[in-house]
Amino acid sequence: MIKTDIVIIGGGPAGICAAINAASSGAKVLLLDRDSRLGGQLIKQTHMFFGSQKQHASIRGIDIPEILSKEMEKYKDNIQIMLDTTVLGLYEDGILTVEKNDEYIKVKPKSIIVATGASEKFPAFPNNDLPGIYGAGAVQTLMNVYGVSPGKSVFMAGAGNIGLIVSYQLVQAGVEVKGVICRGPKYGGYAVHASKLKRMGVPIMPGHKVIYAHGKDKLEKITLIKLDENKKEIPGTEFDIETDVLCISTGLTPLGELLYQIGCEMKFIREFSGHVPVRNEELETTVPGVFVAGDVAGIEEASSAMVEGRLAGLCCAKKLGFENPDYDSLKEDYLQQLHDLRSGPVGDSIRKGLAKIVV
Amino acid sequence: MRIENHPILTFEKGKMVKFTYNGKEMEGYEGEPIAAALHAQGIKVLGYTYHRNRPRGFYCAIGNCSSCLMVVNGKPNVRTCVEKLTEGAVVETQKGRGELK
Repeated sequence: MIKTDIVIIGGGPAGICAAINAASSGAKVLLLDRDSRLGGQLIKQTHMFFGSQKQHASIRGIDIPEILSKEMEKYKDNIQIMLDTTVLGLYEDGILTVEKNDEYIKVKPKSIIVATGASEKFPAFPNNDLPGIYGAGAVQTLMNVYGVSPGKSVFMAGAGNIGLIVSYQLVQAGVEVKGVICRGPKYGGYAVHASKLKRMGVPIMPGHKVIYAHGKDKLEKITLIKLDENKKEIPGTEFDIETDVLCISTGLTPLGELLYQIGCEMKFIREFSGHVPVRNEELETTVPGVFVAGDVAGIEEASSAMVEGRLAGLCCAKKLGFENPDYDSLKEDYLQQLHDLRSGPVGDSIRKGLAKIVV
Repeated sequence: MRIENHPILTFEKGKMVKFTYNGKEMEGYEGEPIAAALHAQGIKVLGYTYHRNRPRGFYCAIGNCSSCLMVVNGKPNVRTCVEKLTEGAVVETQKGRGELK
């Protein structure tokens, strides 16, 4: 059995930042990730980040893990990293079970920070399981991490930031993007991404959805239908588009299984795209000593995930008696950064979601 | 298809290794996911479902969704979207649930 002060589950932007702040406060940290490298989904994000300098704005996502790893290096005496390690269970006595290289290991921490992230949603239509229909994140991983093109042409379902950015990245990689659709009357992502795509000649088609996928063993064609402003189908407006890849970017949903298992109170919050844990301002859930950070706490951007990670790491350590000498000013700074990231019309729904879940 | 020229990215690749896919010899880069090596050769169908024999490809590519299960070196239910390619790997299409030997 491995013993430590804090176990952090997930080595994405939230988890790494949590590790840095818990370790810099003096706590011994064990950081677990099921992948063979840290960085989570940052490793495929070739676009430059928004937000402010503190969240690495105008730096490409793929370059952020290295910056964070260097920061982590400063506290290496307090941080142990286990990669290729999958958490199997999180039990009410606070013990975790993990698997690494087919070995079953138990871990007993004093506190836990869950930063497991999110998974892609999947819209329902006939034959939606045909090979060639891939999540947007999967397409990004395949082309940006492994240099393999997803197919000859791609059609994108979903025009939020992920849909727009991945479409742009496909064009960059030399893949034809036949179009981008969304159900609502206007694309959901930032105008800067949409404009880039339009300049490259990719049609953005609001008010459409996929109703059928065709193909014998793999995708060959999709059928679309037009929607009115209430997202209702307009009969007789169906048409087909030939494509060997349909990319799905209709949103993410939090990966909260472990939180259920340890008994956290969970609530469905539409604005966060799924079931998320009830927690306080310091990101501690209803189970004392269990903290959350990043997408598992509600779908947002990587920038807010990093700040949440820092806040959770700082507060979790303090609760165990490892108080950072700058605790008060750091905490205030992180809360202010989160507030700024969530301000304005873009943060509207995030703020509504938070009002329902933070106690 | 491999992406040869990219405006931003350079791809670090392992050495080229041989493996077999349903008995047929193929090549891919050591350490890349098996599903990526297959996809680069145009192979999208990785398995067939138990009840309806429907074709399965990968979906999430990060080891989450279990849509990419194949038989690798005789072991069924291997998530090929995250399982690294090794020299001489024996990769087979999985039909149904697979059999534990």
